[in-house]
Amino acid sequence: MLSKRIIPCLDIKDGRTVKGTGFEHLRDAGDPVELALEYCRQGADELVFLDITATQEKRKTLAELVTRIAQHINIPFTVGGGITSVEDAFLLLHAGADKISINSAAVKNPGLISELAARFGKQCMVVAIDTKAGESGDDVYISGGRTKTEWQTLAWARQAVALGAGELLLTSIDSDGAKSGFALDITKRVAEAVSVPVIASGGAGNAVHFRDVFLKGSADAALAASIFHYRELRIPELKQYLKQEGLTVRL
Amino acid sequence: MKVSIINYKAGNVRSVLFALERIGIQAGVSDDPDTLASSDKLILPGVGEAGSAMQYLRQQKLDELIVSLKQPVLGICLGMQLLCRHSEEGNTDCLGIFDTAVKSFSSAEKKTGESLKVPHMGWNGIYGLETELYRSVGEQQPVYFVHSYYAELCEHTVARANYGLEFSASLNRNNFYATQFHPEKSGDTGQLILENFIKL
Repeated sequence: MLSKRIIPCLDIKDGRTVKGTGFEHLRDAGDPVELALEYCRQGADELVFLDITATQEKRKTLAELVTRIAQHINIPFTVGGGITSVEDAFLLLHAGADKISINSAAVKNPGLISELAARFGKQCMVVAIDTKAGESGDDVYISGGRTKTEWQTLAWARQAVALGAGELLLTSIDSDGAKSGFALDITKRVAEAVSVPVIASGGAGNAVHFRDVFLKGSADAALAASIFHYRELRIPELKQYLKQEGLTVRL
Repeated sequence: MKVSIINYKAGNVRSVLFALERIGIQAGVSDDPDTLASSDKLILPGVGEAGSAMQYLRQQKLDELIVSLKQPVLGICLGMQLLCRHSEEGNTDCLGIFDTAVKSFSSAEKKTGESLKVPHMGWNGIYGLETELYRSVGEQQPVYFVHSYYAELCEHTVARANYGLEFSASLNRNNFYATQFHPEKSGDTGQLILENFIKL
């Protein structure tokens, strides 16, 4: 049986790990490689590194960090943040990233998804979608949750997959940082609407939330940052709990 | 010991290099037939598309070289599929070391009626483990897979996995070994499998 994946997310700013709530109020918390190794030891199934201040000048620094991560950890990892071109993607994949994730750039230029998928393969193409419940359904937001787009979440998810996304990373802006659980409804609808794996993100506050997003939200993987970061929940304990609840996990 | 990674522009060479570094092996990356032929161990890595990968191997005359090798060879992911007889991906004739066909999960899904997420991505258990490659590896140990095509079970299958159907997680024939999963990304279990390959 395929395991449900637990994915810690590390937000990176100037080569350091940070995590804020609701995309604001950043707090510095350590060296990315050290933290990544700790998560590997704990049994993380994958890691996601999100460069939240990616600018063209800093891309080379990020690529160097990616290489250092690839040298040290023996599980797959995704790098995202500010990727807007095939060149950006190439730099990070060549540096040693297993997958890259694109968000705003994909909405602004959907053709980028197909371009990247054709060049590097769908398997390394993660499309990240930030979703927020609105009056007439769930809307896609870009630019770190600041800008509302014309896209409805379900429609954009289907479109991204049709264009070549190999995986979706669905973040609920409403839930992010609130620690009151993943957004189960939209996660379930997206997971059931597309033929690729869906990583749920935003809202993890305890082990029950993870169980729910797998059982009720139909997610293939769950991502969280601060709950792991500030050691409120350790991955081995989380996985033991999920196993007791009948889920397949890698122990 | 001289370990070479066969370079055929199909990406992800670096993660294999780094994984070998972690077990103390400084491998080379080459598409030069003489360098490759004189290596003690060779790795044919994966990631990419079967049709263009085979085309490149043929252009570089690496196809003939690979099948003539007598030293241990490890194919990984797409590298394993290229060692099979034929791939449904781009309707591609492959190297034919393993007498099995590579099919897509999407067409398997139509047959079984089961709805599968494709690619098969993540950690899945391997079982029915045979050969020295799996020395000290426990049955049902999860390893990391990312693939949309799978090799059917055959007489050369030395590990199985199940995703909608049973398929070859690993193949072996004489000096040729192959894994559908990525040992270089499969944590400590993957590292053990790579060490076992290096010890062959």
